[in-house]
Amino acid sequence: MSWRSSVLPRDLAQRLLDHDRDAVPEALNLADDRRADRREEALELLDALERESPFPGAARIGLTGAPGAGKSTLLDALVRELRPNGDTVAIVAVDPSSRTTGGALLGDRIRVRSGAADPGVFIRSMAARSQLGGLAESAWPAVVILAAAFDRVFVETVGVGQSESDIAALVDTLVYVATPGAGDALQFMKAGVLEHPDVFVVNKADLGAAAARTASELKGTMALGEREAGRAEAPVILTSARDRDGIGELVDALDAHRQQLIDADALRERRLRGRRTLLLDALERRYGAFGIEKLGGRHGILERLREDARVSPFALQDRLGREIEEALRKCR
Amino acid sequence: MAAPEHARRDRPWVFRTYSGHSSARASNELYRANLAKGQTGLSVAFDLPTQTGYDSDHPLARGEVGKVGVPICHIDDMTALFEALPLEKMNTSMTINANAAWLLALYVATAERTGADPKRLQGTTQNDIVKEYLSRGTYIFPPEASLKLISDIVAYTVDAIPMWNPTNVCSYHLQEAGATPVQEIAYAMATAIAVLDAVRDRGDVSKDAMPRVVGRISFFLNAGIRFVEETCKVRAMAELWDQIARERYGVEDSKLRRFRYGVQVNSLGLTEAQPENNAIRIVLESLGVTLSKKARCRALQLPAWNEALGLPRPWDQQWSLRIQQILAYETDLLEYEDLFDGSPVVERKTRELMEAAREELDRVLAMGGTVAAIENAYMKQRLVESQTARARAIESGDITVVGVNAYTTGERSPLMDGGRSILKVDESAEREQIERLVAFRSRRNRADVEAATRNLEDSLRNGDNVMPASIRAAHAGVTTGEWSDLLRGLYGEYRAPTGVVAREGSDGNQATAQTRERVHRLADALGRPLKILVGKPGLDGHSNGAEQIAVKARDVGMEVVYDGIRLSPGEIAASARDEGVHLVGLSILSGSHCVLVVDVLEKLRDAGLGHLPVVLGGIIPEEDAAKLRKAGVRRVYTPKDFDLTRIMSDIVDVVEEFGSAA
Repeated sequence: MSWRSSVLPRDLAQRLLDHDRDAVPEALNLADDRRADRREEALELLDALERESPFPGAARIGLTGAPGAGKSTLLDALVRELRPNGDTVAIVAVDPSSRTTGGALLGDRIRVRSGAADPGVFIRSMAARSQLGGLAESAWPAVVILAAAFDRVFVETVGVGQSESDIAALVDTLVYVATPGAGDALQFMKAGVLEHPDVFVVNKADLGAAAARTASELKGTMALGEREAGRAEAPVILTSARDRDGIGELVDALDAHRQQLIDADALRERRLRGRRTLLLDALERRYGAFGIEKLGGRHGILERLREDARVSPFALQDRLGREIEEALRKCR
Repeated sequence: MAAPEHARRDRPWVFRTYSGHSSARASNELYRANLAKGQTGLSVAFDLPTQTGYDSDHPLARGEVGKVGVPICHIDDMTALFEALPLEKMNTSMTINANAAWLLALYVATAERTGADPKRLQGTTQNDIVKEYLSRGTYIFPPEASLKLISDIVAYTVDAIPMWNPTNVCSYHLQEAGATPVQEIAYAMATAIAVLDAVRDRGDVSKDAMPRVVGRISFFLNAGIRFVEETCKVRAMAELWDQIARERYGVEDSKLRRFRYGVQVNSLGLTEAQPENNAIRIVLESLGVTLSKKARCRALQLPAWNEALGLPRPWDQQWSLRIQQILAYETDLLEYEDLFDGSPVVERKTRELMEAAREELDRVLAMGGTVAAIENAYMKQRLVESQTARARAIESGDITVVGVNAYTTGERSPLMDGGRSILKVDESAEREQIERLVAFRSRRNRADVEAATRNLEDSLRNGDNVMPASIRAAHAGVTTGEWSDLLRGLYGEYRAPTGVVAREGSDGNQATAQTRERVHRLADALGRPLKILVGKPGLDGHSNGAEQIAVKARDVGMEVVYDGIRLSPGEIAASARDEGVHLVGLSILSGSHCVLVVDVLEKLRDAGLGHLPVVLGGIIPEEDAAKLRKAGVRRVYTPKDFDLTRIMSDIVDVVEEFGSAA
């Protein structure tokens, strides 16, 4: 069990950047490893990827929605739409883990048999380990690793409350999958969740009238100005993963959103902002508001981030964490 | 004591034995021998490739041909299966579901070919897809397409084969998957309603024919060891069915509202430990479905005492047939009117079950019926929960299982004869079947096959009934794999939800808490949480064991990847690598473990995971277990390992011992 990687993190990074699929599981395992020595290597790997990944690189897409909205089926349809064009696809599927036992049931993603395993598709499921800092803590490094090796990275998670803003910070484009007739759109609207998504999907359009009604509800609510000023109105797309209707249109909408960001020179800014959010959240979760105060609060840390813009956020998170620990020690 | 001369005896139920193996010829010999022993009906067991729509030479069929039943690829196989058996006089039950239309087409074509009148055929196609999604796992197509095929068979047979039972609504497999009596009743009724509604709404069955359609619906039940409750269960079902037939479908003729059902008694409760006790269990379970005349089964098939050990031999099956014969011919059971009419105890229990079942049935109907309750995994999750509760109760001793968790010490059984107390399928059966298939393909008329295939495709695209074109295709020499592939192309393939999201429950068990501690400590040593993959390779769909292991592993704090049934060894190895697991656990109940496990080990080595520990659970004879341990399997668990917590603790040992390179 004291097995150690004989591979240098830098070599591993290079293999990922060369789209070597065999390097991916190993890199993900390393990034997940909490042992101190492995953590060092993981940071080295992630820093190298942050530095050397081409821009804009892989499309990073989040998929969220209530349980039973058909996210897995929709993902499956998306994969089957994208693969014939030669796009490689990676999926990070996040399931909640139990607060009391730490255990989690993952998988159950394969909705339609694909026969032999397709090397152009990669699935890693993970638990949102509540004790260790939620969705972002494990998914963020995974997205960086997968984005180096695949053309598109999807992050799928059940949308309940907090995870929406987490997942929004992780991806370029966030898709919200609504269940027709379930009234969940209205529910989530009340919770303010609808401010994050860039694209809305009403799946199970084969249900007919109920789907059309949910779509118009969504459009209506957006018109009511639930969204941040200046943000483009998000398209609402009807799909039927079952009949594979509307999937091409969804892919077009995803591409269009990303292209808008690139054209407006806003993608870099969005990713940067996302990283800052994730970093601050991670520090706050670990050290609490009191710890954050030691470095001048969220505002103070954001200043530091701007100054150190060239340092990778992973290294920075570690460095800031150590500084907070140091400051806390002095308090005692 | 002999029965008094004047006693008028009821006619006994039909005696069947679920059987078939190796080849059509070998199975035909077995059927003839069984009939000579006094069996009165046939129950055909097909092998898994046939049930899941693959020819014997398909890569997914490897290791499965002729294992749990007979391989039937084409009309010559079907003809050989019934050689010298007069089809017009037989009562044949076929356990076939996703592609029931095809096997029935082969049966009809065989009748036509041998000069029998299809109108006079009697028997049953199981043809119930719902329990396949929930428990048995031999589904192919999505629910709506499957329901269309089922209703095609119903609509076709009602006039063309009027004495056929086109669908046998199964609650049997629900009990095997953990269903409580209430769930068994409710989900069976919901399934029957789904079928009948579909037939009613299709438009080509006249309103006048509907009562006859209702009258042809039969059921296939389970009978567990709690035989008093089981007696009440069948009485409750008879009454509920009568109500539904009258109220929902307006059936006036009470004969057409009769609850007609066949039974296979419980296999779930049969034990590997002290297996001779199973003979007694089988007798008692038979009572639950025979004692009450009002709700007596129409056909009964009994498992063999050694089913938890492996495949039964002809002698083992004969012993079970003798149970039926003694019950029907020696005892005075068939001389009396209903024994329970007027019993307040039975009446109260029956009411109680009926009311609870009615409530659960209404819940399913309110969410849109059976298809909706499959797709949203409602029923599956309820079953996994019931099964989990049962497993916990056995572990804690709240349920007594003699020889397993109580009275475990005793004399050595003289019935156990090393590895020889079970049937070994001839290893050459698969090769010979493939040779016959290849020869058949080369001698059939290519033009006929193509024309019949085109005709089948056209008629399906038109939405026509699948039966006439399938019968034509059967005559032309189309194979099981070809027929199924065509429909897969049209309807797509389905994967049912695993249902393994069961609500967390704590068993409050000290051992569970201790194991959880160990899992957490191991996570610290590994650097990340212990992650395992539960895999079901091959075509076997019996997923209860895998599901229970997955839920338990979650409850002791592991991260568990479980993607459901019917994965190829290559897919399992790829998933183990991509998911970064520390251990792979395989579950196989079809008897194909030797081929499949070795295949998985090979694929893992190819994926650079030769070091990854692999454990196996299933019905694995000790001889095979030894062989597999030698091949690299770290642990083999069989039904006698009922203590899931202990298995989890053992898995921690294995990961500690053999480590994990990732």
